[in-house]
Amino acid sequence: MTAVAPQAETEGHLVEFDSVKLSFKGVVAVNQVSFHVDSGELFSIIGPNGAGKTSIFNCLSGLYKPQEGDIRWRGESILKLKPFQIAELGMGRTFQNIELFEHMTVLENLMTGRHIRMKGGVLANLVFAGKTKTEEIENRAKVEDIIDFLEIERWRKFPVGMMPYGMQKRVELGRALAMEPDLLLLDEPVAGMNLEETEDMARFILDIREELGITMILVEHDMALVMDIADRVMVLDFGQKIADGTPAEVQKNPDVIRAYLGEEFASDDLKEVERELEGDAIEAAEGS
Amino acid sequence: MRGRPNLYTSYEDEQKILPTVTQRVTMGAFLLATVTVPFSVVPGLRFLGTPGWLQILNVMLVFLVAALGLNILIGFAGQVSLGHAFFMAVGAYTAAVLAGSPTQALWGLELPLWFALPIAGLAAAAVGIVVAPTAVRVRGLYLAIVTLGLVFIGAHIFRNWNQVTGVPELGRDWGPLQLALWDIDGPALRFDKDGDWFGVFVSAEGKTFLFMLVVAVGFVVLSKNLARSRLGRSFAAIRDRDIAAEVMGVSEVKAKTQAFAISSFYAGVGGALYATVVGALQPEIWNLFLSVEFVAIILIGGAGTTAGVVLGAIFVQTLPRIVENTTAFLEVQVETQGWFAPIADLIIRTDGADLGIVSTVNNGPGLSVAQANGLLFGLFIVLFLIFEPLGLYGVWLRIRNYWKGWPFTY
Repeated sequence: MTAVAPQAETEGHLVEFDSVKLSFKGVVAVNQVSFHVDSGELFSIIGPNGAGKTSIFNCLSGLYKPQEGDIRWRGESILKLKPFQIAELGMGRTFQNIELFEHMTVLENLMTGRHIRMKGGVLANLVFAGKTKTEEIENRAKVEDIIDFLEIERWRKFPVGMMPYGMQKRVELGRALAMEPDLLLLDEPVAGMNLEETEDMARFILDIREELGITMILVEHDMALVMDIADRVMVLDFGQKIADGTPAEVQKNPDVIRAYLGEEFASDDLKEVERELEGDAIEAAEGS
Repeated sequence: MRGRPNLYTSYEDEQKILPTVTQRVTMGAFLLATVTVPFSVVPGLRFLGTPGWLQILNVMLVFLVAALGLNILIGFAGQVSLGHAFFMAVGAYTAAVLAGSPTQALWGLELPLWFALPIAGLAAAAVGIVVAPTAVRVRGLYLAIVTLGLVFIGAHIFRNWNQVTGVPELGRDWGPLQLALWDIDGPALRFDKDGDWFGVFVSAEGKTFLFMLVVAVGFVVLSKNLARSRLGRSFAAIRDRDIAAEVMGVSEVKAKTQAFAISSFYAGVGGALYATVVGALQPEIWNLFLSVEFVAIILIGGAGTTAGVVLGAIFVQTLPRIVENTTAFLEVQVETQGWFAPIADLIIRTDGADLGIVSTVNNGPGLSVAQANGLLFGLFIVLFLIFEPLGLYGVWLRIRNYWKGWPFTY
């Protein structure tokens, strides 16, 4: 894998979320949220359960269609595109609850990730000669790079449904990486993982950024992880954006503290709460 | 790499249909034995060379082609369809009109088979493409019901469109099984007449068998290719997680349409061949039971595996013959008071008085042989679903793994 420097996007943002409103029969899941992500960034979205983080991901990947607002990819609206068309633009993602193709092997799952990078048509695939053959071999080599990158060599021929949870999460990341995306959406990549697995995943995320130069949006509940690796953080609560900025800025924001810890903390003992939050982060990092 | 069959040194070696030497040798021997069946040379398989058995094998190969198609739809793409008989009928009647001879009441263009057969497949595929969008809207059982509807719509059309299907309950004649260039009277290769090939006598059934074998092997290879290519993976992705597949860039509409088209192509060719092999078919034959028989082949063989479908086709087509032969054997035992007479007496009912289960007397009390056959058939489906969801292929895997690990248990 060649190292790609994060490219400087001069003529605008990679992804723009423009006052998007999404509601389900009166329940407003995402309310007038705006944000943007530039190439090379590691942007993180945090918020309590039900804040609308995954809904934002589903809007981005085209699974939900918001009622108001606009979502732009390199300046062009992707609201009318189907999920597979958005994938073809270069947006990969993982899911909160693993959505792997469980009857297929790790190899086949990753090769499915290569779908948009392959061309073989019906007849060519049925005959399996010439171009299809070379295409399969070339893409297999790419997939092997990812297997090597994620250190899952020994699982290569395993049906993913029979693999341990942490490994499945890693395979899912691999499947998204196989798409060679420009933007990677990570939906709680370390949920339910122990400290060692979390640290492995954090290492992979940083490697993806540095070696592959892929822009990422990270949704995560593990505050220690987010505050450590994110460039910018957006905080959501009940579908509303309540803060936006660097991890340090966000941690001091009274609205954020109110959302996470409740009303009384936010107004009076701000300093104390801050210390508490930092303490939590340290504790989490120490793995207690 | 001799002695290390699982060591691959290139991706090309690894992606082969038969990657190891052992597999290639076994498959070669199996194919060789199969090719020599009409000539009755292999000891132990000589009985298969009789016209009666060859005819059964021919139908088996035709069923294999059609079942491979249904396996692509159900096994690979996960779309449960009961409409396979309908797609077969579309192919069969397209071929009949193209290759059959015209009479006052029947349409027929007398075109050669090499032309009619692919067109029959394409016609069925076209109908499959028309049906496919419903599969995007409805899933699982609901899709099964929708495709079941096709069979009934088809039944109505076939009963009434007599220029194409012939008289109800009688049917029509089909085009001859030959590979002429254009002239039907002087065919280059006739598969439906006895004759010499390179100085060796081959019966009509034997010739048909060899033709069917080539076609079936071809379709098996196509099916294996599909499974190891981009297209097959997109089908499996849609089967396992349709939403995730879409987010990975696999268009659900496109994949399902392709699955229906390819599956129907197989069905169309299978239907056309079925009619050609059997000679004459009633319009009523393309019913739900035929569809269910293909679902049974897949379930018994092992859904999603090409090898399983081959095993399933062999099993489902030989079962009636085994039941028939066993009944006949037991009947002889009862009559001659042979070794197995006590057991045979329990199973066979030769007259109204005794208490056997299967009656060999026409219209006698108890089950007829055909009914016993149907019962066994159903029993096997249930047993496989409960005890071995991977079907005969799963049974094979267990045997293979046992011998691979012997003398250890794993």
